[in-house]
Order: sequence, then structure tokens, then C-alpha cells
Amino acid sequence: MRQTNRLSDGGRIDRSKPMTFSFNGNQYSGYEGDTLSSALIANGVNVIGRSFKYGRPRGIVAAGADEPNAIVQLGATEATQVPNVRATQQPLFDGLVSQPTSGWPSLKFDLLGFSGQLFGRALPPGFYYKTFMFPQAAWKFYEKHIRKAAGLGRSPTEPDVDEYDHLNQHTDVLIVGAGPAGLSAALTAARSGAHVILADEQAEMGGSLLSSRSRINGAEASQWVADTLQELAGMDNVLLLPNATVNGYHDHNFLTIHERRTDHLGDRAPENQTRQRMHRVRADWVVLATGAHERPLVYANNDLPGCMLASAVSTYIRRYAVIPGHSLVAMTTNDAGYQAAFDWQDAGRNVVALVDTRQAPTGDCVEEARRRGIRLLIGHAVIEAKGSTRVSAARVAPLSEDGQHLTGPAEKLACDTIASSGGWSPAVHLSCHTGGRPVWNDEVIGFVPGESLQRQSIAGAIAGTFDLAGCLEQGTQQGAEAARQAGYEAKPASLPTVEEPATGNAMALFCIPHEQRISRAPKQFVDFQNDVTAAAIELATREGFESIEHVKRYTALGFGTDQGKLGNINGMAIAAKSMNKTIAETGTTIFRPNYTPVTFGAIAGRHCDDLFDPERHTAMHDWHVRHGALFENVGQWKRPWYYPKPGETMQQSLDRECLATRNGVGILDASTLGKIDIQGKDAREFIGRVYTNAWAKLAVGKCRYGLMCGEDGMVFDDGVTSCLGEEHFLMTTTTGGAAHVLEWLELYHQTEWPELEVYMNTVTDHWATMTIAGPDSRKLLAELTDDIDLDKESFKFMDWRQGTVADVPARVFRISFTGELSYEINVPANYGLDVWEALFEKGERYNLTPYGTETMHILRAEKGFIIAGQDTDGSMHPYDLGLDWAVKEDKPYSFIGKRGMKREDCLRQDRKQLVGLKTKDPSIVLPEGAQAVDDPKQPVPMTMLGHVTSSYYSANLGRSIAMGVIRGGHQRSGETVYYPLSDGRVVEAEITSTLFLDPKGERQNV
Amino acid sequence: MFRIYCPYCGELREEEEFHPKGPAHLARPADPDNCTDEQWGDFLYFRDNPRGLHNELWVHALGCRKFFNVTRDTQTYLIKGSYRLGESPDQARTSGDQA
Repeated sequence: MRQTNRLSDGGRIDRSKPMTFSFNGNQYSGYEGDTLSSALIANGVNVIGRSFKYGRPRGIVAAGADEPNAIVQLGATEATQVPNVRATQQPLFDGLVSQPTSGWPSLKFDLLGFSGQLFGRALPPGFYYKTFMFPQAAWKFYEKHIRKAAGLGRSPTEPDVDEYDHLNQHTDVLIVGAGPAGLSAALTAARSGAHVILADEQAEMGGSLLSSRSRINGAEASQWVADTLQELAGMDNVLLLPNATVNGYHDHNFLTIHERRTDHLGDRAPENQTRQRMHRVRADWVVLATGAHERPLVYANNDLPGCMLASAVSTYIRRYAVIPGHSLVAMTTNDAGYQAAFDWQDAGRNVVALVDTRQAPTGDCVEEARRRGIRLLIGHAVIEAKGSTRVSAARVAPLSEDGQHLTGPAEKLACDTIASSGGWSPAVHLSCHTGGRPVWNDEVIGFVPGESLQRQSIAGAIAGTFDLAGCLEQGTQQGAEAARQAGYEAKPASLPTVEEPATGNAMALFCIPHEQRISRAPKQFVDFQNDVTAAAIELATREGFESIEHVKRYTALGFGTDQGKLGNINGMAIAAKSMNKTIAETGTTIFRPNYTPVTFGAIAGRHCDDLFDPERHTAMHDWHVRHGALFENVGQWKRPWYYPKPGETMQQSLDRECLATRNGVGILDASTLGKIDIQGKDAREFIGRVYTNAWAKLAVGKCRYGLMCGEDGMVFDDGVTSCLGEEHFLMTTTTGGAAHVLEWLELYHQTEWPELEVYMNTVTDHWATMTIAGPDSRKLLAELTDDIDLDKESFKFMDWRQGTVADVPARVFRISFTGELSYEINVPANYGLDVWEALFEKGERYNLTPYGTETMHILRAEKGFIIAGQDTDGSMHPYDLGLDWAVKEDKPYSFIGKRGMKREDCLRQDRKQLVGLKTKDPSIVLPEGAQAVDDPKQPVPMTMLGHVTSSYYSANLGRSIAMGVIRGGHQRSGETVYYPLSDGRVVEAEITSTLFLDPKGERQNV
Repeated sequence: MFRIYCPYCGELREEEEFHPKGPAHLARPADPDNCTDEQWGDFLYFRDNPRGLHNELWVHALGCRKFFNVTRDTQTYLIKGSYRLGESPDQARTSGDQA
């Protein structure tokens, strides 16, 4: 297709590099240097999307991050889909494929468009709440369609094929924005020797200078940009980052920069290149030179395609050599708006009128307009746009001095483009991220950053400095200040000479009056993305929303992906006016990260797939893999869950593992249990203070189970601690609790009891631990050791011995989590696999069976042993768990948890207490989490007694078993409770002891 | 993301190396057994939540494992400095310790 709106010369595009691309299924052409939006304009594409609420046709309004309408879905393949891309910020590349995102189901006709036109007046602010919330059950249905219609694009259904990474950086000075202020700041700071990062969101640095009519040092402003960039690029202490959006300003001068490294090259990143990079920068000093966003004026039907920002019109003409129409009406409240008309005229097309809302504008631009013979309508405004899918005329009327009333009849001017400029809003976004509050400035007619909490300064238009000479001067000053703050001596740079028009005062005007009052006039849009109109904001204030934050939430003003960059200030001005307040009084909402949307790929960086989270493997991990183990994640550990044999169901595997262990010998890889080595002359006293039970008399060679509680008396960890020497202990913890327990011990040692001489360190990874359990375990171990006396009288239950196992130095602990005769063999981790395999070599004749965590859980539940974190939930003290024997109350030191568990609430008899549960039907396994009730026929909501904490099928017992908590359960043994399940069944269960098997403990004392 | 000074390592390090552990100077009552329920409850559950400067306990969990105190502004998140256990808040600093 021919580029009908492409100018024959000028612009910063490369006409020798033509490119083709598609939008909405149609093929178009453009040039290198185009953005997707400039290329669409070149091809005369007017309608880019449909509005979300009313389905109105929308076109391109802006030329940068503030664009609300031209939001597209990119991607030639499913795996390269990117939603939510602003066409104004997407550099064109050959073969680019784009789709509109807000046109569901089609650009030409859509359901919402239809309903919107029919029922437009029935969709007031708060329409979600008012319309869709009732009946409540229907919300799910509405939500699905509202979300689909919300124009947010869609995520790819296939994995991203590109690579992304993160880069941590430290710098002396970070400068955000490479317009006149940012460039001059960078130059001054860099010349001092400071390390400088200069980041700009655009493909080409220079900002407004790339489309400016002003001259620097007697040449085009773009020449100064090129010279400056050349000098900066030649300095080793400067990092220039184009295509890089500083999207988050976090505490202590930590900023994130989203750099699009290859998005301008193609659908996929070239081989061996990362597509995007997230720079994580710690800067000593930050200069925000983010510029300003032009405000459109609010008038009737101002959302018609063809209504654009004045500065965007200039940018398209001067930078991209495309012109968005044939005949222009430009409206402005300030001198900057004149440039669009001059550029339009210079491009050889018709300027119908230049409409200035001021009564007596002065300044060079006004003179030039007269000189150029442009029809100048002073003290007028465009009150309404006419047209269906494109502007066909502008209705222009004379305005009162304060701009609040019309003073005469309207004239209709035929045109296809209306450019408007309501002045400039400083881009304060980043300054808000760490809590800064913008303040209104009447001279600027905008919010400027308030007092900064960070090591940061502002320069240029963000500070309300809109003239070029001022921006260059402020940039130089702030660049020098930044360098000085970072410890460098900055020499004041000489300022370039600037030729720019002298400007007159701007007028504070936001919403143009219409012949009809706001609520009756054709729609005057404020926020295009969310279809928020001036009437909606006025209605919100009439309905009593006075806080600007509430108005925002009620009307959805600024809620789109553009975060209201275009419309927020206008909305606030309208809200303030309808409440008879000043904008300074009503204030502004603030902005949060991110400045513009960021891809998930850039956020994740390399932290995906195998690198998502570290995995911890035991020394025997490869053996488990080779033997078909399925794994369970416990913290970062991979633990064997169970070892299915071919053809087995999970339950069959568990039954086999459970029976083999109780009838022969099984083996568990227990290496992941936390192990903390504790030494020092006060180690014993220390352990006595952190555990609830007695430790004073534990002899060398002995082990003891301990319970650890918080100061509130609630159990949070448990494990066996062994006495290795008079001043040396080995504490074990749960797998998941290891790090927390060590920190807990350190906390008490360092803050409460620094006088105790005790040292501790984690040794979890030092040891490989294998538990052999079952009646044949002694015979098996005997085949592998000849220096440990395994006689039952000399190596008793809860003893440990040093010796060799399979010719490797080992500590063997005779402890048991299964209730069976059991030995826990610890060898240095590097020998783990070797010893494990030796056990299997000798274990063949005993049918040594590996078992995983699931069988471990079943076997321990058969004995009623708790798992901290499964049978406890932070609200159970030892007495609730029936572990009275593990609390020694008469220890001399008031151990942690002692006082807590004596609080009145902890002494209640009706606390939830841990009991055993046997279902009446032995084949039913209660779901964990099921709630007990006394009377299943009582009306809902029922009185609940407590929940099931552990539940399994026990092959050894030939029935299901469960543990759970019941109010006052310890006094209710033998009683029946009921578990109404979500599927309608009610399971009847008897309260029992938690000791389901071998209540006297005879199996482990053999 | 904070940058926190460890007064034992003598370095400013990234927040991800540290864990916050609640308010500083929260002493365990010397004789818990003779505390009333109310006194113990105060120690267990009741915390000041000041707007402004707040002394808090942090641990250099992925570093030296030492506990120390940080004076931080809860409103601005700016950190005045760190000081070792046993020191007073007016000794808060962001440099000067030997690593």
C-alpha cells in the first residue's frame, strides 16, 4: 500500500531501508526509524482500536509513553506474543506483526460498540458496582466478558523463546531522560570523571530536540544532540542506554531500568542475544530529567480519530516525516501549541485555523502566525469535534476571559485533524515511587515533584522549566551538583547559545465549555483508556466522592495501562472545579512502579526453568533417580516421595514399602534433616533453655527428643539432640525448619544470653544420613561394622555410637521415627552414596526396601508421632499435643515457652487437642483438613470442633488411620464425631489414642 | 530495596542478605514465671508502631549471622544507621567499622 501521508523529504527515517509490516491482518510499508504508530499514520490508518466501555473508534493521540489508544498485541508466532505494547514506542522492524487489542471482537463492529451507542447514558461511573455486582453469582459471568473487553491483550500460550537477563550495577550518577536537560547534565557530570548512566526510553536520544524548531549554536538542535552524544560515547565512564525505560525508583536510590535490546530488530532476538535486560542500579545520585507530557484539552467528542496532541503532530511531521491529515485546526492555551500549525503549514498542507483560548496572547509565535497568514482565532476554543470515524469538522466558539463560558455562537470549520495543547504536565512519576508527593505550581500550571527523600535532583521540564535555554542551564547545574554529591569536582560548562521564540503567559484551562452543560453535552473524554468523561467525574463528586483518590477509584480515572499519563491532570482539574476547590486543594493521586508495562521475561530474567529456585540434592540423589523415585519438594530439598515399581499404583507402592519395613528392613534417606552442631561450656545450659524438656543429665553417648516452643508456648519445631561430649551436642531439626531454628538459637544467644559461652553452626550438608528401620536392621548393620557393639544391652534405644560402617567413619544413632528397631547412620556426605550402596549390597538377602517421605509419614502416624508443621499450626502447645512428658516444668531456668503455655487461654480444657481418629468404615481415608462436628444434622454454619491433621491408609493395620484436633479431645476418647465432606458424604469416626500400633513400644526395644 | 550497613562486617549490603526481626531493645522479662498474664501478653504481642524513627533488630542472615539494630524512618524508609547490640541508638552509623 502507498504511504499516502509520508512527506517526500525530512524526518529522521531512512528512506533507503523500506520495511513491511502488518496490522490487523493488512500489509503496510514503512521505513527504518519509524515507530509502529508513525508507520500506521503514514499509511493513513485512522482507527487503531475501540474504546473499552463505549466501543467508540479511537486513533493515535500521542507520540510517546502517554499514548492511551494505540495499544497493540505484537508477535508473529504464538511464542512471541507480547500484549500491551504502545505503538508509539515500538520501533518498526521488517516483518512486524501487530493486532489491535481493544477491538474485540472486531475493529469495524463489536458488541460493546453497539451496546455503548445504544445505552451510553446507562453506563455511569461505578457502573461495575451498580450494574454487575447483582446478583452476586452472576459476577463470574460478567467478569469474564468485561476482562475480555478491557483491551488488555492476551498472554502467549507457549513458552517465551527469547532470553532475558538482569544486570546489577553501581554508578555515581544516573540520569533519567536524554532530552536537553538530561544530555547537558550527563555531559557536565561525565566531564568531571564521575561514572554516569544515561537512560532514555526512546530508540534515539535527544527527546524534544529531535523535533524542535529551535536552534543551538547556530545549527539545528539535532546537531547539538549528535555532537553531545558523540562526546559521551567516547568516554569510558559513561554508559548510554537508549531503548531503556527507568520504570521503578525504589528505596535508597535503587532503580530498575527495562532495556529493550532487540525489540527494534525483529519478532525474536537474534541468535545469542538477550532480548531485554533489567538493570538493577544503585546510584549515588539521580537526576530526573524525564520531561513533561502535553495535556490535551477536553472538548466534546475529543476522542474522535484525528484529535491529537499538538506536540505529537509536530513530532510525527518533523521526526518521522508523516503528516496525520490534510487540514488542521489547532487549539492551544499556550505558545508551544503554535508549532504544530507551523510544521503543518511547512509540510505543505492546509491550516484551517489556529485557535488560541487566550484573549491577548503575546510572544514571537503569535507574530509568526500572523506573518504566515494563518487564520488566528484569539479568545476562541474548539468546543466540539464532528465526524463518525474521523474528524470532519471542528465547532469553534468565542470564549470568556476566564475560559468558563461561551460568549457567542459557534462556527463550524471543516478539517480532518484537531490538534490541542493544554500546556505541559511535568512527568513526576518516578519522583512519586518512593513516597514523594507532587505539589501544584500555579506558574507551571502543573504538579511538580515535591521535596525529595532520595539523593536526587530534577532538571528541565519535570521541574516546570519549559524553555530550551532554561533546560540546558538547569541540566548543566544539576549535572555538576550530581558529580559533586558523588565526590567529584565538576567544572561549570559553558552553555551553548540558543535561538528560540520568546513566549507569553499560558492560560490555565482544562475543560472547554459547551453550549450544553457537561452532563448534557456530547461526551468530553478525560481518560481514553477507561472511557472516563468529564460528566462522569462531575457525577462522582455530586455523589459525594470528595477525596481525589476516591474519585479516581470510583470513575477508574488513570486506571489503565497508561496510568493516566494523558488525562489525570485534566480529571483532577474537573473534579476540583465541580467541588469549587483549587487543584492545589484537591491534590493529585500519585504513581507507582512501573512507569510503563514491563514484560514478565524481563522481570524473571534468568530465574526460570532450572534456575528458578536452587534445588538441594542429597549425596544419594542420583541413586534415587536411577531407582525410579518420585520426589517431593521440602523447602529447597528434593526428597524421595516413594519408589513405584512398574505397574504399581501409589497406594500399592506405599503398602509395599510400609510392610517391608515393619516385617524386614527399610531404608530412608534422612540427610535433609537439619543438623546443628552446638559446642561450648554452656552448651548444655543453652539447650535446656530452648527446649522444653530436661537436658542436665543427658550423658555422653545418649540422645533425647526435644520440643522447641516460641515465647507464646506454641510448638514450632522438634527433633533429637545427642550428647557428643560434655560440651558438644548435635541438634536435629525438621527439614524445612533448619534455617529458622539456627536463626532462633542465634537470636537468643546474641540478644538475651550473650554471657553463655556457646557456639553453633549448621552441619546439615556435612553428613549423609540413612535410616535403616525394621526387625532386620540390626542384622544388616552387623554385616557392615565390626567396631560397634550392636548388642541390645550395650547399644540401647536412644544411644549413639562412633565407629565405622562400610569402612567409613560413622556416627550411628539408635533412634526411631517408625517405632521399629532402627539405626540412623551418619557418614561424611561424600561417602554417602558409597555407604548407601554397600547397605544395598548386603541388604539384598533382607529384601532391603527403600522408602520415601510418604511411607515415613504413614509409619510415624501408626505410632502417633507428630510432624511439626503438619500436626501443629503454631497454635498448639505441648499439652495440646499430649506431649506432657516432654515438658519439664521444674527446670531452674524459665525456658522458652514455659510462661507462654501457662497463660489463661492455654489452660482451658476445651482447647483443640490432638487425638487419634478411626473411621467407622475402615476403608475410608478422611481427607486432611476435614472439619469435625458433633451433630452433622445441625443447620449451617455448623459448630466445628477441629480438623484432621494427618490421614493415611495403613497396610500394617489393614485400615485407615488419622490424627486430628478436637475441642477437649483428650477427655473424649471413645466418643464419635462426624466429618461432613464437601461431596455430601458424612464420615463417622471414633476418637482414639494416637498410638495405633504397638502401644507399649515393644518393637523398638529389642 | 534497602541498603543496610552491617556494623560487624563494616559494609553497606543489599537488603536481601538481611532478615528483619522486629523492634529493637525488646528485653525478655527477667523473671517470666512471676509475670502476670497481662505483663507477659504485653511482652509477647504488643508493639509500638511509630511514625518516624524506629529502632529495629536485624540479622545479617546471609552474611556474618550477627544481630544488630537499625534506626529506620518508617515513613520515608530512610535508614539513619546501624549499631551493635549493647550500643545506643545515638551511635547509629553507616560507616566506620573495621570489617
